[in-house]
Amino acid sequence: MKYLDEFSDPDLARRLLDQIHAVTTRPWAMMEVCGGQTHSIIRHGIDQLLPEGVEMIHGPGCPVCVTPLETIDRALAIARRPEVIFCSFGDMLRVPGSHDDLFTVKSEGGDVRVVYSPLDALQVARDNPDKQVVFFGIGFETTAPANAMTVHQARRQGIANFSLLVSHVLVPPAIAAIMESPTCRVQGFLAAGHVCSVMGTAEYPPLAERYGVPIVVTGFEPLDILEGIRRTIVQLEQGRHELENAYPRAVPAEGNPAAMAMLSDVFEVTDRTWRGIGTIPGSGWRLAPRYAEYDAELRFEVDDIRTDESPLCRSGEVLQGLIKPHECPAFGKECTPRNPLGATMVSSEGACAAYYAYRRLDLVAAGEVGS
Amino acid sequence: MCLAVPGRVLEVFEESGTTMAAVDFGGVRKKVCLAYLPETGVGEYVIVHVGFAIQRLDEESARETLATFERMGLLEEEFGDGFEAAARQKGVEA
Repeated sequence: MKYLDEFSDPDLARRLLDQIHAVTTRPWAMMEVCGGQTHSIIRHGIDQLLPEGVEMIHGPGCPVCVTPLETIDRALAIARRPEVIFCSFGDMLRVPGSHDDLFTVKSEGGDVRVVYSPLDALQVARDNPDKQVVFFGIGFETTAPANAMTVHQARRQGIANFSLLVSHVLVPPAIAAIMESPTCRVQGFLAAGHVCSVMGTAEYPPLAERYGVPIVVTGFEPLDILEGIRRTIVQLEQGRHELENAYPRAVPAEGNPAAMAMLSDVFEVTDRTWRGIGTIPGSGWRLAPRYAEYDAELRFEVDDIRTDESPLCRSGEVLQGLIKPHECPAFGKECTPRNPLGATMVSSEGACAAYYAYRRLDLVAAGEVGS
Repeated sequence: MCLAVPGRVLEVFEESGTTMAAVDFGGVRKKVCLAYLPETGVGEYVIVHVGFAIQRLDEESARETLATFERMGLLEEEFGDGFEAAARQKGVEA
């Protein structure tokens, strides 16, 4: 119980854990979808505090990690163009493309800028009318409203030198794909809280019903995660499979209607390739045709992208919960945050990065990973 | 990247025809788009993701969350210099 004193309220953590232990009668495997939750779980050792046989399977909810390699290579090619200022969230800088990353493009003289918000990129476009300003619009449903509003503003204000390279991904189709997989071991889901802050909870009861799995909307703080786990196990033990909201302080059932209206105006659903996983039908958003002139993919012709994924990297299996990061032979050897083979090793939401930061010394001591 | 940070609305104003706010995140002040929560008033708490308020939050929850994020170093990650963080990770000078 070495980690308990790091919780904001150790007594409450203790009580939640006691309840989890009291209610659990057999092994269960559940998936936290969101990479932010994965980091919280590994950092606080939540998985090590659970009853024997209760396993947390880490899900694909790291948007940086699942952005397709072809899109990363396209971003790098666009960022290299002399007329372009390429704006991105900082998390994207070290994501490996086939040959290099945005950080390298910047160090070689490309104008790559990290922004806090896509609206900052729009301001860069206003300030640099003789340049093409491209924003790398990735992320789940949480991030999409910001990118949608930015494109909407660009059109409304007539900022023609702005465009968006879009690679949005959606949680519910990913849950369906995970459950359809023949190797699926997931018996319950912690759904990503802030995705539901935007989208509400209506998409999840049909999934819980169709696949017979409890889905519990869960926050990101350690106590929230313990509560999400507790509620999932209670449902499993009672043979129930329902949508429950364990994060009501930030998730009203209806989500954010204004954001959802903007999303349906600016984006349309598309099939999306997830890096390491493959194509999941209907699992992404792209710009709707009426916003096509702001689509960087159409504005900049990039020919001859030949993707070259590391043959050693098994991040696809990590993202699908088929292996834990340290079970990849390259973990901590050929692949480290300094020299990553896959995006999961550098993203602040990547499972490999979490294991490297918080578990590597334990794993080395246990002989499971070489030093 | 799906982190959303609670903050207190200090000021509400119009900019380029859009409702914006100055928001305080435990001492860090940022400009935030309020277009998705236009009814929000000064003194209220909102959850902010990449510069957009996506939901309201009660004050007690907001303060607890901010304290937790501060302790976990997540505020620095969210509002710090992205190039410095990337350089540190790569082991080179920014």
